[in-house]
Amino acid sequence: MARAISTRRMALNTAIAWTIGAMIFFPILWTFLTSFKTEAQAIADPPVFFLFDWTTENYTTVQERSNYFRHFWNSVVISVGSTLIGLAIAIPAAWSMAFVPSKHTKNILMWMLSTKMLPPVGVLVPIYLIFRDLKLLDTQFGLIIVLTLINLPIIVWMLYTYFKEIPGEILEAARMDGATLRSEVLYILLPMAVPGIASTMLLNIILAWNEAFWTLNLTAAKAAPLTAFIASYSSPEGLFYAKLSAASTMAIAPILIMGWFSQKQLVRGLTFGAVK
Amino acid sequence: MGRITLHGVTKNFGDTEVIRPLDLEIEDGEFVVFVGPSGCGKSTLLRLIAGLEDVTAGRIEIDGVDATGVPPAKRGLAMVFQSYALYPHMSVRKNIAFPMRMAGLDKAEQNRRIESAAAALNLTDYLDRRPGQLSGGQRQRVAIGRAIVREPAAFLFDEPLSNLDAALRVGMRMEISELHTRLKTTMVYVTHDQVEAMTMADKIVVLQHGVIEQVGSPLDLYREPRNLFVAGFIGSPKMNLMTGEEAERRQAATMGIRPEHITASPTEGLWQGTVGVSEHLGSDTFFHVHLDGRADPVTVRAGGEVSLHHGDMIYLTPDESRIHRFDAQGMRLA
Repeated sequence: MARAISTRRMALNTAIAWTIGAMIFFPILWTFLTSFKTEAQAIADPPVFFLFDWTTENYTTVQERSNYFRHFWNSVVISVGSTLIGLAIAIPAAWSMAFVPSKHTKNILMWMLSTKMLPPVGVLVPIYLIFRDLKLLDTQFGLIIVLTLINLPIIVWMLYTYFKEIPGEILEAARMDGATLRSEVLYILLPMAVPGIASTMLLNIILAWNEAFWTLNLTAAKAAPLTAFIASYSSPEGLFYAKLSAASTMAIAPILIMGWFSQKQLVRGLTFGAVK
Repeated sequence: MGRITLHGVTKNFGDTEVIRPLDLEIEDGEFVVFVGPSGCGKSTLLRLIAGLEDVTAGRIEIDGVDATGVPPAKRGLAMVFQSYALYPHMSVRKNIAFPMRMAGLDKAEQNRRIESAAAALNLTDYLDRRPGQLSGGQRQRVAIGRAIVREPAAFLFDEPLSNLDAALRVGMRMEISELHTRLKTTMVYVTHDQVEAMTMADKIVVLQHGVIEQVGSPLDLYREPRNLFVAGFIGSPKMNLMTGEEAERRQAATMGIRPEHITASPTEGLWQGTVGVSEHLGSDTFFHVHLDGRADPVTVRAGGEVSLHHGDMIYLTPDESRIHRFDAQGMRLA
């Protein structure tokens, strides 16, 4: 039943929603504005909002000092690579958990999730040493492996929930129709799960793109993605706010644009199965 | 060919015995209906034949070949599911083509079979639609079409009509019966609706708690139910079952008489009672009569336009030759 909401109540709700929205958006806006200020204006007290001398100098300096496109490319390779490998591992795993569960399936799922509760720094030293011995430090391949493993529980969980929504009878029908396991997954399950797989993919690209702990600790120069690019402008002296902001804006712009265009898919994916 | 034989087939889910050791012979070309209340194991039995469930013990033979460990895809059977189980991302044409595509049939043969199935099932105009754009009855026909084109050894139907409304159900029932007459392929059909079982089957298998209670033609089951369960389950409205004096007088623990084998009269008869609820169907009227000194009402069939009212006095006379007698264990007495 629809509840009647008075106009005043509605106006109040709208105002609250906009305020919260503005608060969430403010840091991004502030970073964006600061990136067009001079270093002096960036730390001015009281702060200036729009009335400053807009300059693109920071962007030029940042690009001169460090090669944005190399970092950008590393970010793309690492986030897309780890997501694709993760999907390749997670699809069969989620299939078996959703359609041929054993009595331990729930426990395995919980165990996988529990690895996400461990603070990453707890395993930094062993992983660092393993990476050093295997010569994986500062390589794209090494980062792809570590990010795949880190995001795998989320990928499996998301796909598991999507697959659970697909009626088992349809897969049984395919089996009766003479489909092998491979055809069943390829022609029936995957096409039906496309929306779910797409949103899993988008979310994981975003998570991998923004991942900073491992990318900062396991890279130096060659394989450093955009997170390292930002970090290189945060000096302890804190004198380069404008350049830091320019670097941040450049780093988050691609993923923000991608998120903007795929937001419908993302929201659908994240709330999929919530109402049933 | 589609001869299916079950030898001592058993199925357990954990500690629960769903199918007790069971033997059954399904002849080639026969229309066999598994019927029973929900939870009796009829769907499980069908899924065992399909290969969608593994048997715990026993052997399933299809055309004399042991198929017990054979995966469903290789058994040469086709199944129609209760939920239709169409592939929602494919057009009707592609749905019907799917089993042939899996079998690697050439395109021309695929199209020939699709066209002929579509023509037979009135689907020609819908071939390019998605399942989501079809009505329930059309979806069910697509599911049947998908089964036909495989030219299977046998068709398995798992309550295919229970998602359809009553009018459509009667129509589809006829279509499936006609299909069977035309194709002469073995059909195994699961339902909880005894009317479907009676109208469609060559042979009915009545199941309860994973045990076969009786196997026989619809009329065999109607005329000579082997026990009280079958007596009560087959026939609509249900057979009247009585214990006590009337049964004892006929040397039985329980006696049964069908509503259509009782004559009602306003003036004279063996039993006296008063009319309770009456159901007017037009062609028939069913009176629920409260006999003097009995708790349960007796159901009687009378002509369509008999007018008796609630509370009227009525006399009933059972046809003695049609009385069924059962012993204390509920088994039929000869």
